[in-house]
Amino acid sequence: MNARTAFNQKHLLGIEGLNHLEIGHLLDMAEDAIDVSRQVEKKKATLRGRTQINLFFEASTRTQASFELAGKRLGADVMNMSVGNSSVKKGETLIDTATTLNAMRPDIIVVRHHAAGAVHLLAQKVECSVVNAGDGAHEHPTQALLDALTIRRNKGRIEGLVVAICGDILHSRVARSNIILLNALGARVRVVAPTSLLPPGIDRFGVEVRRDMREGLKDADIVMMLRLQRERMNGSFVPSVKEYFRYYGLDQEKLGFAKADALVMHPGPMNRGVEIATDVADGAQSLIREQVEMGVAVRMAVLEALASHLPNR
Amino acid sequence: MKDRSLVIAGARMIDPASGREGHGAVLVRDGRIADVAWGAAPDAPEGAERIDGTGLVLSPGLIDMHAFAGEPGAEHRETLKSASEAAAAGGVTTLVAMPQTNPPVDDPAIVDFIRRRARDTAIVNVLPAAALTKGRAGQEMTEFGLLREAGAIAFSDGDRSVTNAMVMRRALTYARDIGGLIVHHVEDPDLVGPGVMNEGERASRLGLHGIPHAAETVVLERDIRLVGLTGARYHAAKISCTESLDVLRRARAAGLPITAGVSINSLTLNENDIGDYRTFLKVAPPLRAEDERLAVVAALSEGLIDVVVSDHDPQDVETKRLPFAEAENGAVGLETLLSAGLRLVEAGQIALPRLLAAMTSAPAAILGIEAGRLAVGAPADLILFDPDEPYVLDKADLRSRAKNTPFDEARLQGRVKKTLVAGRVVHG
Repeated sequence: MNARTAFNQKHLLGIEGLNHLEIGHLLDMAEDAIDVSRQVEKKKATLRGRTQINLFFEASTRTQASFELAGKRLGADVMNMSVGNSSVKKGETLIDTATTLNAMRPDIIVVRHHAAGAVHLLAQKVECSVVNAGDGAHEHPTQALLDALTIRRNKGRIEGLVVAICGDILHSRVARSNIILLNALGARVRVVAPTSLLPPGIDRFGVEVRRDMREGLKDADIVMMLRLQRERMNGSFVPSVKEYFRYYGLDQEKLGFAKADALVMHPGPMNRGVEIATDVADGAQSLIREQVEMGVAVRMAVLEALASHLPNR
Repeated sequence: MKDRSLVIAGARMIDPASGREGHGAVLVRDGRIADVAWGAAPDAPEGAERIDGTGLVLSPGLIDMHAFAGEPGAEHRETLKSASEAAAAGGVTTLVAMPQTNPPVDDPAIVDFIRRRARDTAIVNVLPAAALTKGRAGQEMTEFGLLREAGAIAFSDGDRSVTNAMVMRRALTYARDIGGLIVHHVEDPDLVGPGVMNEGERASRLGLHGIPHAAETVVLERDIRLVGLTGARYHAAKISCTESLDVLRRARAAGLPITAGVSINSLTLNENDIGDYRTFLKVAPPLRAEDERLAVVAALSEGLIDVVVSDHDPQDVETKRLPFAEAENGAVGLETLLSAGLRLVEAGQIALPRLLAAMTSAPAAILGIEAGRLAVGAPADLILFDPDEPYVLDKADLRSRAKNTPFDEARLQGRVKKTLVAGRVVHG
């Protein structure tokens, strides 16, 4: 089978709906992209002449930068639109914005939005390809792909690994996309959090649910920490930062519950001293910086895969 | 033509009030039912108009206890005229207009306004409900006595719950003295919080915040204690889950003056119908899981739930074409009320006379109105419908100004062929 036809989607709206072959194909493409990014001449021509719009309704320096670099390394013309301070605040709806942008004939729109389903809605109203860069607490597919790539490169496989995802699962699109993807690739997924930070019905997501870090990290190959938003720390979902760090913050002691060769991940940006201790974040077992590099590679792969289905005339 | 006589013959007649069912004819004179002949045809006066009901069901017109009609303040979404046309097409001959208008119906002059507008523009009976508290703010009770004198049929804060138990207690106490009916939306706004659909796996997979059953049940439970304390006539507007049914069952057993309704949406749809964020299926209370739906259908069938309402709530494009969490609640329902209900009959989950009772005689009894029965002297608010005619709903065909139906492109069965209000044909 031709590598170009192994991913047959117009959009990347989520990990849900992708099979393990499609995921594997994107990861293989990303491996090639790493090589491009490590050359002096970091440029391909796959997207030459194409227009990519990064439409961010929610501020995100790193994801936006990552998509921008990915597009530029593939030769696309990339335009960044941060909508937080533009017409949407004047009452223009998401649909109006989509229609307006569509008229500018982009080839790919990368969207981040604070509401679950918003990217799906936008994709219905435009003709070009749409990439979900995070929609509410729903999905963040490129994050899950870059996490998988990072794991695969360090552990050589994903199948059979025990992956513990810890922290604010309730509000996390990263957790949802990762749970779906890791299950599709045959990992054993565990979520570890106080019940107040777990989505109802999580036990039906194909995960083991643990409320205690010692049990949750036992035999873990990968410990994936999630960010806890500041507004959720003080009495609304957990009593205090101090209490949260004590029971759920990843420090050397708790990391000791996991396998000796366990690796630590975090989607960033980190709250040091809240969900993760600085010495762990910067320690020998941390993959956090590598995740950022893999982010660019995975986004290049996704853009390339979608571009192969863009109309040529 | 009001004084002319009219005979409707040949139909299968169902009188939900008495439970009687059979072929026969009805004689209408001066806007009222002058004779009901089971089996034989009545002696039709000479020159009487005739309507042939062969192959159709003849029943009292439907009474919808819960519809939002837009006026005043939301005329771009619906007017009393357009709502009444939708109602007539759906077989609804009487609708209770909910008070979440702008301004809200918390002043006798607004009750009067709605009655006059309805008289001049609507083709079905419109009974305005007044607000329970001023501004529907949940703090001070409205002028129950004066509002009722102006024509308010019931007191309700529409789509809001009164969260302050003391305010609710006093309102119930005062309503009891004047015999007023309180219709309450049972949904605790704090427990709803950021919730936008039924809490559970489905919401979690969509990344949406859930609304627990308890948001409904804690308010209902509290209200029932307060009804026990005050003895007021109380109607829970829309029940959606099994825990609430347990609360109702206990209240019934204790002999409290409590009745309950259910939205047609909760009876015929479930949370899975939301699919990929379909905002037309965002309603309050939220669509629940399938086993909850089946439980409320069973409760309706056994009579624990008294009435079925359309929960008609027209929303326009700007309030619905949004990400799910940001879209407004509400679905239009007047025109599809009967067709959707007939799905349950077709599925063998409820008998047709029982379904019709919940849409006619039961709401009539709660509201204390004469309509809702096939009996001599009752208003000639009647419908003829074909319970079997299949069709696919095209939202463009709806009479409502807003087209936010959850049944767009759905296969429905059962169509209203003729609607009469006070003996006059208003549809068909």
